[in-house]
Amino acid sequence: MRRYVIKRLAQAVGVLWAAYTVSFLVLDFLPGDPVTAMAGAGMDSGQVDPAQLAALRHEYGFDKPVLVQYAEYLGRAVRGDFGDAVSNGRPVTSVIGDALPGTLQLTGAALLLAVVLGGGLAVVATYTSRRWLRQLLLSLPPLGVSVPTFWVGLLLVEAFSFRLHWFPAFGNDGLRGLVLPALTLAVPTGAQVAQVLAKSLLTALDQAYVETARAKGAGRRRVHLRHALRNASLPALTVVGLLVGQLIAGSVVVETVFSRDGLGRVTAAAVTAQDIPLVQGVVVFGALIFVATNLVVDLVYPLLDPRIVVTPDRRASFA
Amino acid sequence: MSQSVVDGTAGTSGAADAAEAALGLARPVAAGPAPGPGRRADVRRVLRFLVRRPGLLVSVAVLVLVVLAAFRPDLFTSQDPLKGVPTENFRGPGGGHWFGTDELGRDVFSRVVHGAQLSLKATLIAVLVAFVVGGLLGVVAGFVGRWVDDVLMRFVDVLLSIPALFLSLALVTALGYGTVKVAVAVGIASVASFARVARAEVLRVRQAVFVEASRSCGARWYSVLGRHVLPNAAGPVIVLATLDFGSSILAVSALSFLGYGAPPPAPEWGTLISDGRNYLANAWWLTALPGLAIAATVLATNRIARALDGEWSRQR
Repeated sequence: MRRYVIKRLAQAVGVLWAAYTVSFLVLDFLPGDPVTAMAGAGMDSGQVDPAQLAALRHEYGFDKPVLVQYAEYLGRAVRGDFGDAVSNGRPVTSVIGDALPGTLQLTGAALLLAVVLGGGLAVVATYTSRRWLRQLLLSLPPLGVSVPTFWVGLLLVEAFSFRLHWFPAFGNDGLRGLVLPALTLAVPTGAQVAQVLAKSLLTALDQAYVETARAKGAGRRRVHLRHALRNASLPALTVVGLLVGQLIAGSVVVETVFSRDGLGRVTAAAVTAQDIPLVQGVVVFGALIFVATNLVVDLVYPLLDPRIVVTPDRRASFA
Repeated sequence: MSQSVVDGTAGTSGAADAAEAALGLARPVAAGPAPGPGRRADVRRVLRFLVRRPGLLVSVAVLVLVVLAAFRPDLFTSQDPLKGVPTENFRGPGGGHWFGTDELGRDVFSRVVHGAQLSLKATLIAVLVAFVVGGLLGVVAGFVGRWVDDVLMRFVDVLLSIPALFLSLALVTALGYGTVKVAVAVGIASVASFARVARAEVLRVRQAVFVEASRSCGARWYSVLGRHVLPNAAGPVIVLATLDFGSSILAVSALSFLGYGAPPPAPEWGTLISDGRNYLANAWWLTALPGLAIAATVLATNRIARALDGEWSRQR
């Protein structure tokens, strides 16, 4: 088990390094001179002194060969230094760190809603013996993945803030302000969870062990929830792991719609200002979240499903 | 077109070969009740398939309408999408203006119809970029194998680990604003899934007996690839392209909602909604109805993708 964990950790670090490299290639290699953009963003007037430009280039190391630049930046990134945000001069890591709590609140609530609502939908749809209810419920997830998130958010604001005055339309205040944004963000995620869980539940209900359980006299509900759901939830767990990165990225749109402060708003502002260090920090952070959740899912998997045995590395016995 | 998809998924050999393609066309005729020339029976089969699925029929109709709107917007509306009548601003939806009018008195329906062109263009570019780049990566990885496969697929894994929207935003930061740039950014962000599917298909087909046979007959690698491997691996990749069409519409509209698409007066779908957002309290139609157009288009393409993905080949 320890060997497995170490191996997975090493893989995770490798993916992070590669993600950093990709973001470096995208942001520092493509057309568009970063220094001109930075200087333009940092100063009010459109005119930039060429000497200042050269100084900036030197300061950021853009006058050196690309490989040297890359090595320097990577060396700093390993130590957790992603440079300073151009727009306000603060370190990228602290800008992201300050924006994070609001976004974690939002994505956490959205994840909870997505799992509860999406999972509940799948369970009820596969359990019910009413044909119309099943068809109605199963038609919802394809709808959920087809609607634009920002549109759903605006419709919710329209209905629940402007018409019914139940929830505030904008801002970060408290639990009441969290309801609509979290619900908006949960729609596409919940729909995907529901699709996967419904499919794997239907597969599970066809398995021999379900037949056995029924033959032994277990009730319909017990078979559905204790036997089928437990086995069917594993693929859904994998999907949830994959969707967490999408949730974090989705905060860009949702936080813009609801004017909430958080990582998403910071990202949108950074893209608008062409704040390259900050955008790069966000991209690597997104990859970090993705890698970390998948690591957790992989490590939890053997605990949930005893059939998955982490085989010790063969070479270990020879060493 | 759809015939070749079916042949691809069924894994019949040498679909590109003229003689065998004719065989492939002849098969449903032999099985079905309708005698007659292959093509007519084929059309009949498509029609029967559609009529039995009203949802799919509606989806095809919606998509046809959207494509028509993109190429000939004047078929649907005679009103100017950019010029408005200031005295007629904020009119609700009704007979004169189906989707109402905006703050400058412009007809929203006309703006949605004319916006189809921009949004569809961006979506097509996005899908094409993903299809070509991803397909190429996957085919090279699957066909060449060995270390090339390892290197390319590790690269693809990394692309998958960065959330798609973040990757698109990074590309927009580097490339700048505009419909085409946004489209390329969205396309690159979905390269990874195309590469994976294309590679898996090439690997599957490459091990087939008929590929081995053509190799042993002395066929060059490029003719094996072009005549046998690619035509048979294309099916699932084309299905993925249809599916990606829907998600690309959503991604492109999200980016143009955030303000990275075409500059203001242009009626891109996402931009329309973000404009309408300022008048949410008093003019619901400015956001609700353009969004409905996006949702309907995505829903339609997703339904069609689902039909291509299995229903069609299963009903044989």
